[in-house]
Order: sequence, then C-alpha cells, then structure tokens
Amino acid sequence: MNWIQIGKLDDIPRQGSRTVNTATGEIALFRSLSDEVFALDNRCPHKGGPLAQGIVHGQRVTCPLHSWVIELETGAAVAPDVGCAHRHDIKVESGIVFIKLKA
Amino acid sequence: MEKNKTRLVVIGNGMAGIRTLEELLKMSPDEYDITVFGAELQPNYNRILLSPVLSGEMEFQDTVLNDWSWYQEHHIKLHAGKTVSKIDRHRCVVETEDGLVVPYDRLLIATGSNPIILPVPGIHLSGVIAYRSIDDVEKMQAAAKVSKRAVVIGGGLLGLEAANGLALQGMEVAVVHLCDWPMERQLDKVGGGLLQEALEKRGLKFYLARQTEAILGMDKVRGLRFKDGEEIAADLVVMAAGIRPNIALAKAAGIHCERGIVVNDTMQTYDPKIYSVGECVQHRGQTYGLVAPLFEQAKVAANHLAEYGRMRYEGSSVSTKLKVTGIDLFSAGDFNAGPQDEELLLQDSARGVYKKLVLRDNKLRGAVMYGDTIDGPWYFQMLRDGTDVSEMREHILFGQVHLGDAGRGGAASVANMPDTAEVCGCNGVCKGAIVNAIVEKKLFTLEEVRAHTKASSSCGSCTGLVESILANTLGGDYSTKSSKQSICACTDATHEEIREAIPRQGLKTLPQLMQALDWKTPDGCHKCRPALNFYLLSAWPGEYQDDNASRFINERVHANIQKDGTYSVIPRIWGGVTSPAELRSIADIADKYQVPTVKITGGQRIDLLGVSKENLPKMWGDMVAAGFVSGHAYGKSLRTVKTCVGAEWCRFGTQDSTGLGIKVEKMTWGSWTPHKFKIAVSGCPRNCAEATIKDFGVVCVDSGYEIHVGGNGGIKVRVTDFLCKVATEEEVMEYCGAFMQVYREEAHYLDRTAPWIERVGLAYVKQRVVEDAAGRAELYARFLESQRYSQDDPWKERAHGKDAHEYAPLATIA
Repeated sequence: MNWIQIGKLDDIPRQGSRTVNTATGEIALFRSLSDEVFALDNRCPHKGGPLAQGIVHGQRVTCPLHSWVIELETGAAVAPDVGCAHRHDIKVESGIVFIKLKA
Repeated sequence: MEKNKTRLVVIGNGMAGIRTLEELLKMSPDEYDITVFGAELQPNYNRILLSPVLSGEMEFQDTVLNDWSWYQEHHIKLHAGKTVSKIDRHRCVVETEDGLVVPYDRLLIATGSNPIILPVPGIHLSGVIAYRSIDDVEKMQAAAKVSKRAVVIGGGLLGLEAANGLALQGMEVAVVHLCDWPMERQLDKVGGGLLQEALEKRGLKFYLARQTEAILGMDKVRGLRFKDGEEIAADLVVMAAGIRPNIALAKAAGIHCERGIVVNDTMQTYDPKIYSVGECVQHRGQTYGLVAPLFEQAKVAANHLAEYGRMRYEGSSVSTKLKVTGIDLFSAGDFNAGPQDEELLLQDSARGVYKKLVLRDNKLRGAVMYGDTIDGPWYFQMLRDGTDVSEMREHILFGQVHLGDAGRGGAASVANMPDTAEVCGCNGVCKGAIVNAIVEKKLFTLEEVRAHTKASSSCGSCTGLVESILANTLGGDYSTKSSKQSICACTDATHEEIREAIPRQGLKTLPQLMQALDWKTPDGCHKCRPALNFYLLSAWPGEYQDDNASRFINERVHANIQKDGTYSVIPRIWGGVTSPAELRSIADIADKYQVPTVKITGGQRIDLLGVSKENLPKMWGDMVAAGFVSGHAYGKSLRTVKTCVGAEWCRFGTQDSTGLGIKVEKMTWGSWTPHKFKIAVSGCPRNCAEATIKDFGVVCVDSGYEIHVGGNGGIKVRVTDFLCKVATEEEVMEYCGAFMQVYREEAHYLDRTAPWIERVGLAYVKQRVVEDAAGRAELYARFLESQRYSQDDPWKERAHGKDAHEYAPLATIA
C-alpha cells in the first residue's frame, strides 16, 4: 500500500483534528501541541464516538461522548479503561501530510 | 555504567512510608536508590483492614497493598523482618540488629506506633495479645478456637473492632474501659450510649469506668482484677488501650522528639536529611492515628524528596467511621460544645438515629452521627470549608435533601444496603461491585472508585452514597480529599489559587498560565483546559483570545453532539414567545435538510435533531436569514429564559412576565458561565414558569418582583433560596446582571449556582448582591462590559465561513 497525500499540516489545527473520509469509514488525523501527527479510526473503542471531536492534550485525545482517554500513538485506551482504536501510519514531509491505510 | 543515584533509606514498611515512596516514584522515578527496612515479615499491607480479617470477612491477602513484585519492579531493596537498631547521623548510616550497615543520603523514618501495654502485672502471660499487626490477628484467631472468654482492654475505635471481630469468631467478649461510655474521643454521652446498646444487643458485655489493676494467671491468663477489687474471668486478653508513636530509634539518634518525632511543614526533622511521616510523627503539636492525614503527609514528603519544594503540610482535620458491620457511626471535628457554641440535635430513638452538630459563629465545628451517617461527608466538607450555614439552620440536620434520589431516599443506611442494590443509575453499578473493586484493587479515594467502576463518574448524583460506601468499607477516615482540592491531576493548584493568580500575575494566555503555575503536563488535560479557558475569558473580557482547542466539542461547533455523531440545532426563541413566521421558517428549514426529528424542548424552544456536521454552516445561514440567533443550548452559558404569560393575557398575572423575560434574555444571551445558567420569570406566585428551580428566578407579585437564586432542576433538584424583592424591572435587570457576574467571577468551573451557593453560603451572596449597593452596581457594569464582547451570534460567524475546518473533512479517499 502506498502513501496517500492528504493535505497540508497547517490544515490540521494544532491541538486539534481533521477527518478523512474513506470507503470504510472516517479516519481522524491529530496534531499535538508540538506538531506530532497521528491517525486513528474515528471510532472510540467504547461506543464508537467521534474521536476527532475530542479535546487533544499531550499525546492523547478524550472522546467527547463518555470521556474515554485514548493514546494517539497506539490507539489504546488509558487504564483502567480497556480497548483500542485502529491506528494508521502517517508522516509529514515538507509540510505535507501522508497516510498509509492499514489493510 | 550506572549513574550514582542519591540513596534513600526508609525505616518502616507500613502505609505512610510506602505511600511516600509511591508518590515519589510518580514524581521522580529515577532519582533515588531506595532501601526499605520493615520489622514485620509481610510486604506492605493495609493495617486498617485487620479488623475485617479478624472477624473473618476478609483474607490477609486482600489487605496487601504492594506485593513483593512491586518492590522488584521499582528496584527497591526490601529487608522484611529486619529491625533497624541504630541511626548514626554523623556517618549517615543505619545499622540493623544483625549487623547490616547501610549508608543514606536521605532518611525517611516511618516507624509508626506501638500499642500501649498497661504497666500492670501479668502482661507477659500467655494469652495476652496486643492488636497491631497481622501476627497479633493470627494469634487471636488461633486463640479463639480454643479459648472461650475474651476481655478487651480499651473501648476505643480499635478495641471495639477487636471485640466485634472476636465475637464473630464465637467467643464471649467483654470490653473494659476507663471512661463512662465507649469511644469517648469521638462520641458524646448520648451517641456513646446508643453505640453501647447496639453492641450489647450483639452480646458484648461492657465494664465501664473500670481501671485494670492486674492481669491474673500462672503461665496462662485466667482473668483480670480492677482497682475496686472486682475480678472477671478471661482466657484471652487483648490490649487495645491506645497507641504511642514509636520514637525510640529517633530519640537515641539525638533527633528532637516530644510525644512524637517533631517535624515541620515539609515533614523534615531537625536534621534536614531526615524526614518522617505517619503515626510516629508530631506536627504542630498533633499526632495522628488515622490514615488520611498520613497520606497527606506522604505527598508532602515525597514532593520535597523529589526536590519540587512546593508543598506544605498544614495539619489535618479528621473524621472517623467505625468499621463494625451493620453499625453506622460518624464523627468529625470537635463535638464538645464550648460556652459560646451552639448545638443542633436530632434524636429518633425508635429508629436508632442520633445526630449532633456543633456550631460556632454560624460555622460547623463538629459533628456526631449515629444510625444515619450518609451526610457525614457533607458536614465534614462544610466543616473544613468554614461554610457559613446560617441560612441552612432550619433543615441542616435533615441532611442534603435530594428529591431526585431515584427512590433511594429510604436507604440512608449504607451498612445495611444489600450488595445487589444499584448505587449508580447512569452506569448500572451495584454496591457489591463497588465494594469488590475497593478491596481487590486497593482503592482509597472517590476518584479511584470512579475510574475503576464508573460509579459516580457521569452525573454525580450518587457521589454521597459512593463516598459512604468507601468510608464503610475502609473504616477510619478513608478520604485523601483535603479541603485544598486541585482542579485536576495536572496541578496542585486549586480553583481559587488559579483565579487569584490570573490578575495578580497578569496571565493572559493558557501557555502563560500553565507555565506560571508549574503545570505538570505540557498542555493540560480535558478537565483543566476548558476550566482555564473560562477563567481567562472571565478575567480579561475583550482581551483574551478564546482557545477553540480548549472548548468541549459542543461549544467548539455550537451545536449538541448526539450519540451517532450528528448534531441538534436549537435556535433562540426569546422568552418562549414565537410567531407564525418563525415557526414557518423553522419548518421550512427542517424540510430542506430532511431533519429526522423535531422536538419541543423543556426550555420552550424547538430542537432539530439529526443534522450532519457538514450541513451545520449552511443550516445556520438559513437560520440567520430567517432572523434567528444561536440558542446556546449546548454551552456552559446562559441557556434560556422561560416565562409564563403574565399581565398581558393571564387573569392572574401581576406583572408583564413575558415582556420582562424577553428583556432579561436580550441582556444575558451569549454570556459564558461556569456552568449552564437558566432563568425563568413567572407572572404570579402560582409560578407556572417554575422559576424556583432556576439559577435565577423571578416571581412577579403585586408589589413588584421576587428574586430567587440557586435552584437546579435535574440531577440534584434544589429549590431556590429567596434573595430579595425589588420594585421595578430595571432593578431585576441589575440584580440579574450582578448575580451572574459574581457567579462568573468566583465560582469553580462546572459548579452550578446551587453547589456554589451551598459552598459560600447564601449570606455571602446576599451581602454582595443585595446589601452592598455600590458593589452591585459595579458587578452589573462589569457584566454589561463583558457582554459587549460576548454577545456575538456564533452561527452568523460560522455561516459566513468562520472555523470552516471544523465542519468539513480534510480529504476524501476513494
């Protein structure tokens, strides 16, 4: 699978998120305060809430539905909650964001 | 190549010392090379839970807090079963009985206390046991199998728990006590009497006002003799006559001691390399034998060992809960009324209920409760906050009345609640699940229970019950909640400290604020960011740039998120009064966007549900064109102003309630508040607009307008407090603006007006808004000034393209 060009890093708000529509659902792209980027399925492992709408803090996002906290790097919920949101590979080159979808 | 770490030696493997290590490892995991010496052979266990172990309700394994593996994981060298015999402060080493010598750079003495052994003949006979460690408990359990009569010397907290435990093992038990009633340190005469009666019903016998002269027997104990000559038989004697701080080691090393090892507010002894925490310590003249103060001390000591140097221990006030199954007993503060104190009493002997509150200057000084203790934590919190309770006097003894209790009202006795009873209605958590989690996962605080079971983590209405279950399961004082509660885990700062620092230090942005107050995380968390954003907004109207990324989704996108990720849209309908043209516009818009559900709301507005995020800006464009503004139905903001028709139409109407309601709404819409704010204006005392459950409610009367504040319908139904009566509409507006402004400037984020008023006291609110006319005018002016910058329709801005990135995906991949 190849890297797919998505858009500019600056189009993702810092400490925020943008979504990408795909045939199999939405992907949430996150940008931390220090400009690191992450990509997860836009579905909270709890009850499918839109993670892209959550508050981003550190390298985590809090789901807006029931406040589960998800690690952006791995997609794993923070203990004691248990669950994992599917993650995707993402990189930034020269200010452009690329993702590689997990099959 | 290992860097030379600072060497920390801990003398004592008990709760206070190990808690200090837990806190230290959280803050500075790699700073120290740690060695622990524990006289007992077991790993770190919860000594408070020895009582249920004795009574057979728990196993020892359930009490273990940190197993051997914990020490290994954290590279802590534990010497269990080794007693330190000497501290050499010149060479900075400790020596054990068997000749081990270990150097230290920092030393933490956590030697706890020793049980007081009465200086009477016979204490060395077989069958005489203290009650301090798991070894003692095992001896008692073994003795219970072969002995018949037990006598417990000491009718305090520990003695009664021991007596109860032995009785449950099938022994005949008697309790000997110096005073006229049991637990005289926590209970007054009446409370003590009720307790005695309840315990006697369970078969315990009491010998009160008796002093033991000698323990009788040859090799084995056979009885006791009192000073008055009376003798009683016993083949097991338990010493539970109190504890003394274990200071022998410190004293021998030349460290200053009085009753305990004397420490200052940073938990250091007179030797700055040596810290001390726990029962062995004396701080500001006080020693402590309950767990919560020790945990507070541990946090402070860890803070200094980690070289953060910020915290001070200022002493603790404590509450006590007896850990005897089926008996509810709670005590806090100083319940002995002095000459200038007042006592409020509630006694219902048939129900076995006794409550006493001691007040001084309208503040709680002490509380004793027997039988119905569910409000214990509430009284204790008010005691610590120094809340003025003068406005609550008439009903304070009846507790926090929660009409919205979901039928729980009768089950005030947590002790007798069955395990299957549902405690948390939002998340479906029953008592048994909570108790199991507390025991299995070693939980100590409300926050931990919330995290592990979800109980009380959603709406919070069962918080009182959950706290009572915690207290009941753990006994003593479980709560590590000091009256100085930080706003979240990112900081030690309280709401007050933050609000005060913002203007004083001129902090105008979130990063500035976090840096100035030493935030522990780079950019906070979902709890503190919205709170700080609000505090900055209310402190600097017009200057502070609102931080979108710190707003909860609803406020960021100006619509209410639903369970499937669609949104609901509620346009503002002033005072609940609409028109055919408006209704037609809403209907047309609903048709155009094929809105699945149209619903009338409790706030007298219309809700369009199921709108996709992409459609929001377009729909708003249509709304704005039709003359609507955002209803702010989603925000910590002014929500609605409900009205009932008044003098315009109603035969009972005394004033123009709808007209006034519309004026008030036009003044207040768009304002951001610590939590949602609801207003209503009723045309007469029949109160058809339900003004008396609103944050600010107006009831029109013939001679003017009654103003009511602090009501909440919903989670915790609370009726308003009457504030005052005014004569004109202009005054209503002024009082409304002033009340909202003092709430905005001073309440904690996420406190509705009800908990805020209960915390600061109605008398305070009255003073600021009613009595201080000049102050009220200033508050009103500040409110209006703030509105100049707030009263912008967010829908209009977004219909014209603001924040477009929130509503559209970045890309679409085939």
